[in-house]
Amino acid sequence: MKKKNVIVIGGGPAGIEIAQILSNYSCNVTLFEKEPQVGGQIKRIDKLFPDFIVQDEMMQKLISNLEKTDIQIHTDTEIKDIEQIDNIWHLKTNKEEAFTADAVVLATGFKTFDPKYKEELGYGIYPGVITTLEFEDMLKAGKIQTSAGEEPRRIAFLNCVGSRDEKVGNHYCSRVCCINAVKQSIETKELLPNAEVFCFYMDLRMSGQFYEELYRKSQEKHGVNYIRGRISEASSTFDHRIQIKSEDTLAGLPLKMTVDLLVLMIGVEASEGTTNLSAKAGILGEYGFAKSLSLHLKDNLTKKEGLFLAGACKRPSTLREVIADARAAAFEVVNYLKMEING
Amino acid sequence: MDSWGFSIAKTRTIDIDSVDFKVLARLTDKVPSAKRCIMCGACAATCSAANFVDFSFRKTHLLFHRGQFSNISEELDKCMLCGKCKLVCLRGVNTRAIIYNLRIILNDMNYKRIAL
Amino acid sequence: MRFNPFVLPFLAGTIIFFTIIIFKFYSWIHKLDKKQKYFIKKNLFTTKTLSALSEIFKEALVHRKIYKKNPLLGYMHMSLAFGWFLLIVIGKAESMVYNKTPFGEPWGGIFFRYFVTDPHSFSMQATFSFVLDFLLLIILSGVALALIKRFRSRLLGIKKTTNHRLFDKIAIMSLWWIFPFRLLAESTTAAIHHNGSFLTNSVGSILSYLPAGAMELPLWWAYSVSLFFFFICIPFSRYMHIPTEVVLILLRKYGVGAGEEYSGYSDIQINSCSRCGICIDSCQLDFTSNFNNVQSVYFIRDIRYNKLSDDVVNNCLMCGRCVEDCPVGLELTLIRQQHRNKHEIVGKHYFDYAIKEENHDDVDVVFFAGCMSHLTPGTIIAMKKIFNKAGEKFWFMDENKGLCCGRPMRQQGFVQQSKDLISKNSRMIADSKAKLLVTPCPICYKSFKEEYTLNIPVMHHSEYIEHLVKNNKLKLNKTDLSVVYHDPCELGRGTNVYEQPRNLLRKVSNLKASDFERENSLCCGSSLANTVIELDVQIKIRNHALSELTKLKPDILATACPLCKKSFVHGNKAKVMDLAEIIAENIENDSTADLKFQKNSVNELVL
Repeated sequence: MKKKNVIVIGGGPAGIEIAQILSNYSCNVTLFEKEPQVGGQIKRIDKLFPDFIVQDEMMQKLISNLEKTDIQIHTDTEIKDIEQIDNIWHLKTNKEEAFTADAVVLATGFKTFDPKYKEELGYGIYPGVITTLEFEDMLKAGKIQTSAGEEPRRIAFLNCVGSRDEKVGNHYCSRVCCINAVKQSIETKELLPNAEVFCFYMDLRMSGQFYEELYRKSQEKHGVNYIRGRISEASSTFDHRIQIKSEDTLAGLPLKMTVDLLVLMIGVEASEGTTNLSAKAGILGEYGFAKSLSLHLKDNLTKKEGLFLAGACKRPSTLREVIADARAAAFEVVNYLKMEING
Repeated sequence: MDSWGFSIAKTRTIDIDSVDFKVLARLTDKVPSAKRCIMCGACAATCSAANFVDFSFRKTHLLFHRGQFSNISEELDKCMLCGKCKLVCLRGVNTRAIIYNLRIILNDMNYKRIAL
Repeated sequence: MRFNPFVLPFLAGTIIFFTIIIFKFYSWIHKLDKKQKYFIKKNLFTTKTLSALSEIFKEALVHRKIYKKNPLLGYMHMSLAFGWFLLIVIGKAESMVYNKTPFGEPWGGIFFRYFVTDPHSFSMQATFSFVLDFLLLIILSGVALALIKRFRSRLLGIKKTTNHRLFDKIAIMSLWWIFPFRLLAESTTAAIHHNGSFLTNSVGSILSYLPAGAMELPLWWAYSVSLFFFFICIPFSRYMHIPTEVVLILLRKYGVGAGEEYSGYSDIQINSCSRCGICIDSCQLDFTSNFNNVQSVYFIRDIRYNKLSDDVVNNCLMCGRCVEDCPVGLELTLIRQQHRNKHEIVGKHYFDYAIKEENHDDVDVVFFAGCMSHLTPGTIIAMKKIFNKAGEKFWFMDENKGLCCGRPMRQQGFVQQSKDLISKNSRMIADSKAKLLVTPCPICYKSFKEEYTLNIPVMHHSEYIEHLVKNNKLKLNKTDLSVVYHDPCELGRGTNVYEQPRNLLRKVSNLKASDFERENSLCCGSSLANTVIELDVQIKIRNHALSELTKLKPDILATACPLCKKSFVHGNKAKVMDLAEIIAENIENDSTADLKFQKNSVNELVL
C-alpha cells in the first residue's frame, strides 16, 4: 500500500513532537518552519516554570529526537495557502512551491501582543520599559541592566498587558503571564539580591501544579512585593528612570513609584500563520485562534477531515500542555490514516 | 467585636441583608457595563482628580455595589468628568456614564434639566 | 360679493391658523431676552431685512441647500413651496386684475374659477389661466415625488425618511389631497364652462364623460375642506416650519443669537424644523448601529410634543454632522446642549483642590496637554522636541497634574462646575504671564476659545507648528510616505481649523484626500458627549470611520486629537500618528549643525 503523506506546519515544540512520533509510523512526514531554525517561541525563554529547568536543554532533547528521524524539514519556508480537494490537502509555500498531503497538522502556535497599542505605558518611547521576552534575553545573558548599562535597584512587573482587555480586543486571559511574572521576579532576586521587585497584578492566577508554592516562595524567601492594582501611566524622570502611577486597590490609596525597569507581561495572541491558515481552511475560531471540533473529546480534530490541531494555535497554553497535546494529536492522526507502527 | 470604651473611628460593617439592591438596578439598567467591573483599579490609577484630592472611583463604585450609599454623592462631586477612567478601563465599563447617572440617581432634586 | 357655503371651511381654517401663529410668535418673541430684543429693534428697518428677504427666497422657497444635497429632492421641496407660493400670489393678482381693485373677497384668488366661469371675462385671463395651470402641474409633480419618497427614498438621494406621528400624518394627507382636489374641482368646472387652460381643460374633457354638474360642488367642498384641515394642522405639526422659518431667517439676519440657556429663539428654531429627515442620513449612530429615534429631527419633535426623555438628550455624539447638513441652518448641537444644562446648588464650591503656587521663570508659551494627551505620551514628547528645536521657552502647565479644561463637564450640562474649573485654570494661566497658550487637544482648544476669557491668544498645536514653520523657526524634510489626515470633530466642524494640519502634512509627506473630510469627516466614536452608548457601539462607529479612512491604504493615518488617536490605534488597520509626532520625526538637521558649519567656515577664512 502506498505510504501516506503527513505535513506538519510549524516547527515549535508541538510540531517537533508530533512529527517525531509520526515518523515511527508508516507515513512520509514533512515539517515546515518559517524561521531559519526549528524550536518556536519557547527558544527565547531562559528557564521554564515552575521547576526552572533550562529551556535549551529540554528543547535539545526534543530536537535531537527529531533529527534522528528521516523527516524532511523545510526551514525558512512559510505555508501561505491551504485547500482541501477530494480528501487531499494542497499547500502552497511562500516560495511558490506546492505540496500535497493526506493529513495536515496545524502547529503554527502563537505570537505576543505588541505593547505599542498601550501607548500610555511608554513602550517604544522610554527605553526603561521592556517586554517579558526582552527581559528573558537579559536573563539568558545572566545580566539584568538598564539602558544606561547600570544595575537596576528597583524593577516593576505589570501583569495583564494586552490580555483581559476589551479596548485591545483580547478579552481572554493568557494563562502563562502570572506564573511567568512570579518566575521572573524570583530570577531577578537571585541575580540581584539587593534589588526591590514589585509585581502589579489584577488577579494572581496560580492555576498549575507547584504554582502556588512558587508564589509563596517568592514572597517568603525572596521578598517579592505584590501590589493589587494597575499601572495607568508611565513617564520618564530627568535621570531616565520610569515613574509609574497606580492605585493600591487593597489599601484603597493612590500609589506612585520610580523604578529603573518596567517589565510588561505581554499576552498571547494567535500567530499570523494560525489566523491566516485557519481562515483559509475554514476553521477560524475566536480571536484568530484555530477552532477544534469539540473542547473535551475532540480537541485535536477540526471540522475538516484530515486537518488536525496541535499546541498553542488553539489557545494560550503552557509547554507541558503543548507537548501532551502534540502526543494526543499524533494518536488522532494515526487513527485517521489507520497506520501501522514501523517494524 | 471588642469595644474599647472610647473609639476614634466608627466601626462599620457592610450588612448585605439591609442593602436595597433596587437602587443598584437603577444604575445597571442605564449602564449595563457597570456589572462587568472587576475592581482592578485602572480607573483610580489614572484619575485626574486623584492627583489633587482623596478620590478613588473604584472604591466609590465598589461601595455603591455593596449598598453603602451614604457618602457617594460628596465623593462624586470631586470628579471632573474628564473621561480618562473610561478610556483606560480594561473591561470596557462606561465609568463616566456611571458617575453621570449616579449623580442623578442619588441626587435627584439637584440635577434636573433646566430647559422645559 | 361672490359667496358659497363651501368657502367657509377655508375661511375658518385661515382665521384659526393666523390667530394661533400670531399668538405663538408673540409669545416666543416676548420670551426673548433683552439683548435679543435689542437686536431686533436695531435692525428691523435696515437693509438687513432686505437681505433676509433674499435668503427667504433662496432657502425657504427655492431650497438651494437641498438642491445641493440632491437635485431631485430640492426640486420636490421647491415645487411644493415655491409653486404654491406663486399659485397664491398670482391667483390673488388675477382676482385683483379682474376686480380692478386690490380689495375683494379673501377667497377670491383661491376659488376664482368657480365664481368666474366666463372664459372671456377680462383681457389677461388666458395668460393667467395658463400660468396657474402650469404652476398646478409643477406642484402635482412635487406631490408625486413626495409620495415616491415615502416608499423609495433612495431615488431622491436620501437613505432614510422621517417616521411621522399621527398628527403629522393627518397634515401630510390633507396637504397631498389639496392639489388633486383643486385639479379635479377646476377641471370639473372647466368641463362645464371651458374656463380652464391646457391642464384643466384637458382633464375637464375627460371628466365630461362623468356627471360633471353633480360632481362640481362636492369637489370644491373637498378642496376647501382639505385646505381647512391643513391650515389647522400647521401650528401643531411639522408644517409650522413654513411661517416660522421666515421669522427665523429675519431674526438671524438681525444678529439674534441663541444664548447659553433655552429661550424663545430656541423655540423659533425648533419650530422651523421641517422634519425633512436629512439629518438622519448624516447620523453615524443610525447607519452604523441602527439607533433610529435619537437624531436631531426626533429630538426636536420630542421637545415640541413634550415627550423628551433623558436617553434621547444624552444619546448624541455632538459631532456636528447634522448641523452641517441642516437646510434650515438650525443650531442643533447648541439646542441639545441647552437641554442638558442642569440646575445646581447655588453657592456651592466644587474642586476646592489645593492649587500649589508654582514658580517658573519668565516663559513665552504655556503648554496645556489636556487630560487625554497623557494617555498618548508620544504626542507630548514630540511637542517637547518641537519646542526645544524652535528654542521656545515653555511652561508645561499640567505635566504632573492638572485640572480638566472643563469642556467634558460642560457637555454633560454641569455649568456651574465647569465654570469653577475654568476660573481656576484661567487664574493659573494669567499668573504665568505667558503670551500664548498651546494645546494638542481639540476639546481643550474649543473650550479655551469659547468658554474661557483669556487675554492671550490660544492655538491648537497644528496652528502653532505652522506658525513656527512660517517664521522659519522650524525646517522640515519631505518624505515619500502617503498620509491620510482625519479631521477631528472638535477641531474641524468645532473650530474650523482645517487647513493648518494639511499645510504641515504636505510639507513632510504625500497627503491624500479621503472621501470623508473637512466638514464631512466622520466621528471616531470616542466622543465624550454621548453617555448612553457603550464600547460595542463606539467600536462599530470607529470601524466604519477607519475603513473609509484607510481605503487608499495610506502608510500613516494622521490625527490631531488624542481621543481619535487612541480610538483608531485599537482598530488595527493602519499606523496612526499624531500630527506632532509626524512633524517631530521630520525636522531637518537644524541650527546647531548649521552653527558648526558657520564656525568652521569662519575659521577657515581666518586661517
